[in-house]
Amino acid sequence: MSSHLTVDPIVCDGHGICAELLPEHITLDDWGFPIINPAAIPGHRLADARRAVKHCPVLALRLRQATSPPDGVAK
Amino acid sequence: MTATATRAPVITTTPGATLPRLLADGPDLRAHVARHGPLPPTSSGLLMSLEQAGLKGRGGAAFCTARKVTSVATAGGETVVVANGSEGEPLSAKDKVLLTKAPHLVLDGLALAADLVGADRRILCIERGNPVVEGAVRRALSERGESGAELFTTPRRYLSGQENALVDLINGGRGKPALDRPFVRGVDGRPTLVDNVETLAHLALIARYGPRWYREVGTAEDPGTTLVTVAGSVSRPGVFEVAHGWHLEELLAHAGSCKPRAVLLGGYYGRWAGAGKLSELRLDSASLRREGLSLGCGVIAVLDDATCAVAEMARVATWFAANSAGQCGACTWGLRDLAHTTSALGADGPDSQSPGRLMRWANMIDGRGACRLPDGAVAFLRTALEVFADEVQEHLEGGCSRARRHLLPTPAPEPWV
Repeated sequence: MSSHLTVDPIVCDGHGICAELLPEHITLDDWGFPIINPAAIPGHRLADARRAVKHCPVLALRLRQATSPPDGVAK
Repeated sequence: MTATATRAPVITTTPGATLPRLLADGPDLRAHVARHGPLPPTSSGLLMSLEQAGLKGRGGAAFCTARKVTSVATAGGETVVVANGSEGEPLSAKDKVLLTKAPHLVLDGLALAADLVGADRRILCIERGNPVVEGAVRRALSERGESGAELFTTPRRYLSGQENALVDLINGGRGKPALDRPFVRGVDGRPTLVDNVETLAHLALIARYGPRWYREVGTAEDPGTTLVTVAGSVSRPGVFEVAHGWHLEELLAHAGSCKPRAVLLGGYYGRWAGAGKLSELRLDSASLRREGLSLGCGVIAVLDDATCAVAEMARVATWFAANSAGQCGACTWGLRDLAHTTSALGADGPDSQSPGRLMRWANMIDGRGACRLPDGAVAFLRTALEVFADEVQEHLEGGCSRARRHLLPTPAPEPWV
């Protein structure tokens, strides 16, 4: 079991707070929208990841438990 | 109705097999029944037959139909089946031709699919504003005297055919994509099977003639026939029914192709292939996959040497931006910038940094939408920049002398209301 961040691209407004809180896992594209590293969040960064999820003003960021990295759209 | 859709389809034949299968039909009920017999009752073996026939979706994604049916059938509760004939890809005419020539085959498939998943709602979707297609479908529905199948017409824009957006339209929404999976939560919030109309027509044939017959033509991985639309620099554009595995060059010869400079496979969601690759290509996924290509929705567009490819790229990039639903940031803003920069490449005094910038943005945008629209734009542009690299260089040096021809159609999407 590992934890991965995903973003709902429809809900996301590009506030960019997540990238400030977790820069090694989230970078911003040229338009200010987050690009999420699909790799698992290491245990010692989980608290920061939860903080990023909590501080997203539109609740677009999620932390998911997965046995393998999530596929599809929310990478 | 586009010019290609009104043309009589030219049919290729394979030795030892009777073609066409789909387009030999009707259009009226009497001719349909005379050729195929009445609609067979849905037997318990039909799902197995679909699996054995190896039927894959013909809307572009080529997903295994039996698996999709099973997902909906086992989801529980009341279900819905949607026949997707909302063909918004500007180059494609195969669904319009099928619905005009053989509407009863599609309606048979819709009825069978509804039985397979236990659906109590059947909806046939077509783009509005196309009187030939709508007339044929309405006639067919009244001939059958059914109250079972509903006709639903969609706004004329690419995303109306995207399955989430289509479900949203049916549910009374504006037709924007969502992250929900229709087979879990679709029409009326119920598990919904959304199948392309050509897929359903094949299903109706498999129900009558069985998987062994279905596999008499085609390849092991891609059995049966498929509808393709050939467009661009050809003297006989139109919809063709071909056996999978057919040589691309033979098909192009049938369509009266010029000596191609490049071919776009799969429509605007597809990829460009340079002339050097064409002689090896066959119309089946194994052959195309080796070159990083796929048949997608079956569009094959030919570009000749006298047409400015950068001008075509710029118009299609602009079309993609105009078709964005404006929901996801990377799509809304990324496609806008791809369109501006590609257009600037074709204008006077282009910036030598533009090709590099386009590739960087393409990598940045890929896979980041709720639907595949941005991915389509990216695949089109990336392969175009590769295949037409020489011409791009000519533009940068200020010297492309090819004609700007508007070869690829880019209709404006109906506005979101």
